[in-house]
Amino acid sequence: MSEFKALSEAVIKGDIQAAVAETQTAIDAGAKVQHILDKGLITAMDEVGEKFSTGQMFVPQMLRSAKTMQECMKLIKPLFQEGELIAKGKVVIGTVRQDLHDIGKNLVAMMMEGAGFTITDLGVDVSPEKFTEKAKEVGADIVAMSALLSTTMPAMGKTIEALQDAGIRDNVKVMVGGAPVTENFAREIKADSYAPDAGSAVLAAKKLLGIS
Amino acid sequence: MLVVGEKINTSRKNIAAAVEAQDVDFISEAARNQAEAGAHYIDVNAGTFLNKEVDYLCWLVEVVQNAVDLPLCLDSPNPQALAEAIKRHKGEPMINSISLEKERYETLLPVVTDNPCRVVALCMAETSMPNTVEERVEVGAELIDKLTKKGVPLEKIYLDPLVQPVSVDTGMGKAVLGAIAKIMKDFPGVNTICGLSNISFGLPMRKIINRNFLALCMVSGLSAAILDPTDKQLMATLLSVEMLLGGDEYCGSFLEAYQSGQISGG
Repeated sequence: MSEFKALSEAVIKGDIQAAVAETQTAIDAGAKVQHILDKGLITAMDEVGEKFSTGQMFVPQMLRSAKTMQECMKLIKPLFQEGELIAKGKVVIGTVRQDLHDIGKNLVAMMMEGAGFTITDLGVDVSPEKFTEKAKEVGADIVAMSALLSTTMPAMGKTIEALQDAGIRDNVKVMVGGAPVTENFAREIKADSYAPDAGSAVLAAKKLLGIS
Repeated sequence: MLVVGEKINTSRKNIAAAVEAQDVDFISEAARNQAEAGAHYIDVNAGTFLNKEVDYLCWLVEVVQNAVDLPLCLDSPNPQALAEAIKRHKGEPMINSISLEKERYETLLPVVTDNPCRVVALCMAETSMPNTVEERVEVGAELIDKLTKKGVPLEKIYLDPLVQPVSVDTGMGKAVLGAIAKIMKDFPGVNTICGLSNISFGLPMRKIINRNFLALCMVSGLSAAILDPTDKQLMATLLSVEMLLGGDEYCGSFLEAYQSGQISGG
């Protein structure tokens, strides 16, 4: 981390100008882009996620850090050779059928992206078929579902059944979350993991894929 | 200002445990506390129980109405649960809630038109949550048009502009305040209602944010709020703002609440 300390600190602070300048400095100094990403940006976002989960940072600060990271990514992304950028895993995420709430889902998607996952965000009101189709298409490692209504929670179970019917249930890990969702409910519908907030979701995803 | 007491909701752990154990005393006390604190309606919500929601909601209606002499706010996104609960309800309940979402609208419409009731109508479009003032007012206007054409009196309709967290978009506070003001101006006689706590999601010091938001909503013309009436500081905000807006003759309600210990400055 020490090599990119100033960059990490700027990302944690959400100081876009400073972070972009630090990224440019690192590029000009000939640093490996993978190092800038891993040791500068992702390290910073890991800390943001952790501080958020423990109540030391708050949603707007997390959004600001994520935005800062995105701006830095614009500089380093073009410098990666084709296929060189190593993603932590592929995540297909969405809010389940007939549910239009997207705030929590967006926070989770953003933090996962910040942690180095490749995200396919299907938006809201996503049918089990759509989840399944997309998971198949991109070769997802994780299917992450959000529900904010007690009436739409059962759609999570239905989606898991659809993954099963399509024969890809064993290829993906399923994560669930949302205000009415509980650990117990996740177990009942045979999801692989439940996360109560965006910071925990990142940790849970890493655990599911065996990434430290 | 109409106060709907929000505490009997199974998303609260102690309420969920009491409902599961069919603990009449606990629920009755939660109802009485809110009634004594100044609630005009008692909200009942058993939404977290999914398969048992209908039975539990009906049970809550009977228990709460045995405990207090108040109408209830029957609270569920599930139209079937509301249709069953209203059969058990004595007097004129508030149905929480209808929206333009097709299935919900079509199932609930006959319930709302066949029973004397007040109805909370969510300013939510069929495919997305609202962002701007205009989106909220547009959906609100459509709901008013549809419901009044089916014979629901304007003054029985409570539009909920849908409060979303200011932590995610700093325009969310103003969007709700603007929507309340515009709806109250464009449709004299209609009511507006909202929950408060969503505004402060993702932030620290939520109670003070909620209290200040309530005050701003009231200035914009809000006519009802779903809140915890046993929160003495929140009720102090409500009653003092009502007084400051000229709605409390001889400052009577404010002083009475002070003298009986119902409100507190902190």
